[in-house]
Amino acid sequence: MAFIPHTAADIDEMLTAIGVTSIEQLFEEIPPALRTRELAGVPPALNEMQVGRLMMQRALADGQPLSFLGAGAYEHHIPAAVWAITTRGEFYSAYTPYQAEASQGTLQTIYEFQTMIASLTGMQVANASLYDGASAFAEAVLMAVRLNRKSESLRVLVPRTVHPHYRLAARSITANQQLRLEELDYAPDSGRTSAEVLERYAGEDIAALAIQQPNFFGVLEDVDTLSQWAHSRSVPIIAIVNPISLGLLKPPGEWRGGADIVVGEGQPLGVPMSSGGPYFGFLATRMQHVRQMPGRVVGRTLDLAGREGFTLTLQAREQHIRRGKATSNICTNQGLLVTAATIYMSLMGPQGLARVAHASHERARELVAAITQVSGVRAAFASPYFHEAVVRLDRPVAPLLAALAKRDILGGLDLTGSYPELGHALLTCATETKTSGDIQRFASELRELLSSSG
Amino acid sequence: MQPQPEKLIFEYSRAGRGATDQWPTTAATPAAIPESMRRAQPPLLPEVSELDAVRHFTRLSQLNFSIDTHFYPLGSCTMKYNPKACNAFAMLPQFLARHPLAPESHGQGVLACLHELQELLKAVTGMQAVALSPMAGAQGEFAGVAMIRAYHRARGDHARTEIIVPDAAHGTNPATATMCGCSAREIPVGPDGDVSLEALQSAVGERTAGIMLTNPSTLGVFERRIVDVAAIVHRAGGLLYYDGANLNAILGKVRPGDMGFDVIHVNLHKTFSTPHGGGGPGAGAVGVSARLEPFLPVPIVAREADRYRWLSEVDRPQSIGRLSAFAGNAGVLLRAYVYMRLLGREGMRQVGECATLNANYLLARLKQTGFDAAYPERRASHELIVTLKRQARELDVTAMDFAKRLLDYGVHAPTTYFPLLVPECLLIEPTETESKETLDRFVEIMVRIQREAEQDAERVRSAPHTMVVRRLDDVRAAKQLDLTWKPTV
Repeated sequence: MAFIPHTAADIDEMLTAIGVTSIEQLFEEIPPALRTRELAGVPPALNEMQVGRLMMQRALADGQPLSFLGAGAYEHHIPAAVWAITTRGEFYSAYTPYQAEASQGTLQTIYEFQTMIASLTGMQVANASLYDGASAFAEAVLMAVRLNRKSESLRVLVPRTVHPHYRLAARSITANQQLRLEELDYAPDSGRTSAEVLERYAGEDIAALAIQQPNFFGVLEDVDTLSQWAHSRSVPIIAIVNPISLGLLKPPGEWRGGADIVVGEGQPLGVPMSSGGPYFGFLATRMQHVRQMPGRVVGRTLDLAGREGFTLTLQAREQHIRRGKATSNICTNQGLLVTAATIYMSLMGPQGLARVAHASHERARELVAAITQVSGVRAAFASPYFHEAVVRLDRPVAPLLAALAKRDILGGLDLTGSYPELGHALLTCATETKTSGDIQRFASELRELLSSSG
Repeated sequence: MQPQPEKLIFEYSRAGRGATDQWPTTAATPAAIPESMRRAQPPLLPEVSELDAVRHFTRLSQLNFSIDTHFYPLGSCTMKYNPKACNAFAMLPQFLARHPLAPESHGQGVLACLHELQELLKAVTGMQAVALSPMAGAQGEFAGVAMIRAYHRARGDHARTEIIVPDAAHGTNPATATMCGCSAREIPVGPDGDVSLEALQSAVGERTAGIMLTNPSTLGVFERRIVDVAAIVHRAGGLLYYDGANLNAILGKVRPGDMGFDVIHVNLHKTFSTPHGGGGPGAGAVGVSARLEPFLPVPIVAREADRYRWLSEVDRPQSIGRLSAFAGNAGVLLRAYVYMRLLGREGMRQVGECATLNANYLLARLKQTGFDAAYPERRASHELIVTLKRQARELDVTAMDFAKRLLDYGVHAPTTYFPLLVPECLLIEPTETESKETLDRFVEIMVRIQREAEQDAERVRSAPHTMVVRRLDDVRAAKQLDLTWKPTV
C-alpha cells in the first residue's frame, strides 16, 4: 500500500500522453547495471490494521513506569488542546513558510513564539528554533566566537555542571573549527561553579563562558557572580536555561550585565518526552547580534495594501542564500514543536507557568525530604535547587536502579559514569506530575531495597 | 470568500485570564529559592482562556496551505500524503511517555522499531550500516562530511580538506563543508544536466576529501555517468557523499550503495513521509559503506541475541560523536518506520515508479501546452523544471509572478529560483500520491495563468489577490526589523 491513487486505466492514459508503452521506459536513462531487481531485506507490506497491532504490542512492552528521571528531559502535564491543534493537517502537513501569503498561520505562530521566548529569557530577539538544546548550545558557541572578534584564543569555558551530553555534542559539532572547549570544575560542597575556579583564567584571553541555570545537578548557580566576572573581562556569556524554570527564576537577560546568547531545551513546554525527540532548541540574543544568529527568523511587515503580514526575514544569513558563508547549515528545523510550545505557553500564561515551576520545585523538595529519610541516602549538595537534586547512596547505584525498575519505578539517573568523583550518586527529579502518593511509594520501595541487603 | 486576518494572541489578553483548569494548585512563593534569584516581572505570555487560545490557533491553521488541503508540488521537498496511521502509532501513549534515559528493560518496544528501521534503510539504500540520530538532512550532511574527514585523518591523510559540489547543489552542501572546516569547490554541470567529467577530473587531487552529489540531481535528471564520476573520485582518493533529497525518484529502483556512494543521508521527512510540520521536525538518517562504519554518529541501536540496546561513545571509540542530547528525533523515526512497514517491498518500488510517472506526465502535458522545459530531451526524474524566461522577456511576467498567481487557484507554488542555474525556473515535484485529475487541473491552471500573462499581465504581477495578505514587502521586513510584539503602554 503506497497511497497511490492510480488505477491501471489511469496509468495507461498517462503513458500514452507521455508517448511510452511502459513505466520502465521512463527509467531508460539509468544504466541497467544499476537497477535493483528485488529489494532483499524488506518484508512484504502490512496493512494499517496489522501495523497497528504490531505497534500496540511494542508500546505495551515498554510500559509506563513511575519515573523520577530528569537530566534534560522533563515530564510535565500537557493540556489535550496542545496536540489536538498541533496535529491539525494545516499545521502538521504544511511546509516551511517560503511562500508567505500561503503560510500566514505558521508565520504568525512563529512570530508569537519569538515574542514569548524573547520575553521569557529576558532578551530582545529569538529565532524560530534549532534542533534541540544540545545542538543549540553548539550553535551558540560558534556564534559567540563569531561575535567576539577581539579574542584570538578560541577558548570557550564550559563548566562541568553543564549537561554532559551538551558538552559532548558541542565538541562533535564544533570539532573542525579549531575551538578549545575547556571544562571548569565545580565546588564539591555546593555543586556550583565558583568564582575561585574562574579566577584561574583571570588574565587570559577567553572567547566565551557558558553558564547552565539550573545546572545539570539541578543546583542554582550564583549567576550574578559568574556573569559579573565575564562582563568585567568582556567575555560573552552563553546561558543554557530550562524554560519552565524561567516562570520562577530571574531570566539571563537580567543577570548582572545580562547574558549575550541564551539557549535551552524547549521540550518542557508542551512536548512529550518520546524517547528523546523530536524536541526543539531555542536561541535568543541581543538585537545588536541578530545578524550573527543562526536559524530562521520571522518578521512582521506590510503587504501591497498596507495590511500587516508575516514573512521570513534576514534570510541572507541562511544557507539557501549565503551557501558556504552561512551562519549555519541548518534548513529544516523543529516547526511543529514550536507550534505546540506556543499553544502551551498561551494556555499556561505567566501565572500558569510560574505555578508549574513552583509546584515542580515543591514536589522535588518533598521527594528529597522523603528519600533522605531513608537510611543510606543523603543529599549531595547544600545549595538551593530547582526541581531535581543529587543524592549520595551508601552502595552502587546501578543495581539499585535495576531493582527499582523491576518494580516499575525509574528512580533517576546514575551519575557514576559521568561524575565518578561523586561516588555512588543519583540525580533524581520530581515535577508537578508527581503526587505525594508517588513520592511515598518511591521512598518506601527504596527503604525496603536498602534495608534488605545490608 | 476572502479569509480574515487573525489578531495576535497577545491582543486577546486580559489580566488574570488563563486556562486555569490546567494550572497546578501550589502554595505561594518558594522560600527555599533566594529572592535575588527569582524573577521580578512576569514574562510576556498571553493571558487568555482556553477557548480563546483554541480559536486563535485553529483560525491560524486555516490560513495555511498544507498537503491535507492543497496540491503542493514543491520540487525537492517531496510533499506526499502523510499517512494518519504514522502519526497515530508514533503517538501511542507509552511511546510518548518514555523518557530518553529510561533503561532498556523499559524500551525493547521502541528499540525494536528503531533497529528494524536501521535495517530497512540499509536494505533500500544498499549501505552497510545506518545511524538514525541526525535530526535533519543538514545534520545528516554534517555527519557525512565529518565522517569523511575522520576517515582520511585515521589514515594519516590531513591534506584532504576540499569538498567538490556541483554548482547546482543545494545551499546546505557548501554550508556543511564550511561547518566541517572544509572548503567547497564548485564544478560546472553541462548543458544536458550531467556533471562535467572533464571539470571533475581537473578538480580532483590530493586535497579532495570527497564529492557531494544528489542523484537524480537538483536539476531533476539522473546523473547518467555516475559510475564514471565514482571512479574518478575514488581513483583520486576521495569519497562519494549522496544527498538523499531526491531518493523518492529511485526508491525501489536503484540503490545509492550500488552507484558507488560511500556515505548517504536520507531525508525521512521527504521520502518516508514524516510531516513537514511548517518547517520540521525532520530526520536525516545516515548510511555508510563498511570503511566508514566505525565513524558513525552515536547512539546506534544494536541487537544482541534477542535484546536491543543503545551503543554510545564507550562502545564506538572512533565515532564522530553525538549530535544531540539524546537519540535524535525518535518520534519522527517511529513515523518513518510505520510508513516503511505500510509500503513493504512492493510499495517501495511503486513509489519510485509512480513518482517518476507523475513527473513525466506533467512534463509531457506542460510541453504540449506550450511551456519550456529546462531539459526537454531528458526524462524527468520525480520532478521537472520549467523555465519561464521567455515569459519574463516577452511579457515581463516572472516565475515568482506565476507562483503567486497559482496561490489564487488553490495550488501551492512549486519551488522557485532553485536550482540557481536555470533562470526563472519552477521546480515541480508532484509525488506519487497525487491523482491524474489533480495533475490535469494543475496544467489547466498553468495554461490559464499563461493566458492571463498575455492578456492582463498586471493581474499576474500583483498576485495573489485572494489570500489573507497581498504580496509582502520583504525589503521593509529586513530594513525595519519587527521580530517580536511589544505592548503599547
